[in-house]
Amino acid sequence: MAGTEITSTEYIKHHLTNLTFGHHPEHGWGLAHSAQEAAEMGFMAIHLDSMMWSLILIGIFAFYFRRAAQKATTGVPSGLQNFVEMMVDFVNESVRSSFSGKSDLVAPLALTIFCWVFLMNLMDLVPVDLIPRLFELFGVHYMKVVPTTDPNITMAMALVVFILIVFYSIKIKGVGGFVGELTGLPFQTNNVFLKPFTMTFNLILEGVNLLAKPISLSLRLFGNMYAGETIFILIALMYNAGWVLGLFGGALQFVWAVFHILVITLQAFIFMTLTIVYLDMAHAEHH
Amino acid sequence: MNINLTLIAQMISFAVFVWFTMKFIWPPLVKAMDERKAKIADGLAAAERGRHEQALAEQRVDEQLQQAKQQAAEIKANAEKQAAMILVEAKTKAQQEGDRQLAAAQAEITQETNKAREVLRAKVAELALAGAEKILRKEINAEAHKDIVDAVAKQI
Repeated sequence: MAGTEITSTEYIKHHLTNLTFGHHPEHGWGLAHSAQEAAEMGFMAIHLDSMMWSLILIGIFAFYFRRAAQKATTGVPSGLQNFVEMMVDFVNESVRSSFSGKSDLVAPLALTIFCWVFLMNLMDLVPVDLIPRLFELFGVHYMKVVPTTDPNITMAMALVVFILIVFYSIKIKGVGGFVGELTGLPFQTNNVFLKPFTMTFNLILEGVNLLAKPISLSLRLFGNMYAGETIFILIALMYNAGWVLGLFGGALQFVWAVFHILVITLQAFIFMTLTIVYLDMAHAEHH
Repeated sequence: MNINLTLIAQMISFAVFVWFTMKFIWPPLVKAMDERKAKIADGLAAAERGRHEQALAEQRVDEQLQQAKQQAAEIKANAEKQAAMILVEAKTKAQQEGDRQLAAAQAEITQETNKAREVLRAKVAELALAGAEKILRKEINAEAHKDIVDAVAKQI
């Protein structure tokens, strides 16, 4: 599909490269022309495609949900409002079952996470070549349409959640309480000489535990979506390999897409639920 | 696959949109839903109340009906009793009246009889006197035999 002169490896690599704008040490500010150039840009670069698609998708969410919120009536809900209320109810139910504290933030946060992650994952079901080819017609050579296959995106969301975890831990329990939680368990002693050792050990254990939260949160989503996307790309390779394999690839793509409907929903749900659970733990006094 | 500014940009946009949802999307929706819930609950409560009131009204109607029936029965019984009483009274009165009239009639009859007897006696006495006079004219004085004539007349 990407031209006969391109090998399979190049095709896959091409699909897994973001449209990067950044500061190259040699060429200055500009678009990266290859994956290597993008890598050389280091931190001072931005993935235009990831940002664009994620903003478009959250824009769709914000637009429709805001419209429903403005038109919300206490009468019989219809169409859009019905759907939006279903989502709100679903998220509210999840929050109520997992979150024991009282917070105005958690439920809207969970709604945003679920809808946004779901929409970003949904881009995975768009045929892998469709949008990149369209952009290629306009001279844009790299286009990764699934933002959740970009670790920056998932990591960013997980980091915000992490900041909220730390913020609420300190807000609810105070700095002392938070530090106590990190150092006081699981090993406890009243011996003054042993105390520094157990506290250090506890800090290491609990520190890992704390840091594992955002990392697992982001890498789980990223890994699932990246793997799914890669399989779609591999299936797409079959279209170049003759009629029989092409038809087989078509069938495979359909099967994988159907299976992926489950995966994308599940991943969005897991991200939301874990966020709620982590924030619940941050709110809980002792556990 | 590189970690770069995208991370920061996405963190900012994430924070912004969470704030947006928290401020402009979540509260109106939840408010509308809660209000609707309250409205439905009110409606159900009102319906329940209506049903309850209806049941009460039916019960009241039943009670009143029962009462009315009882009253009617009482009135009927009273009327029958009174009618019986009036009947008995009338009978007694009629009986008395009858008796009285009978007695009066009998008295009158007796009186008439006595009067007739008196008249007859007088007439007989007269006739006997006339006869005796005719017989005795030749033999006795009317005045001398008056005692005897009277005695005869009285016996009649």
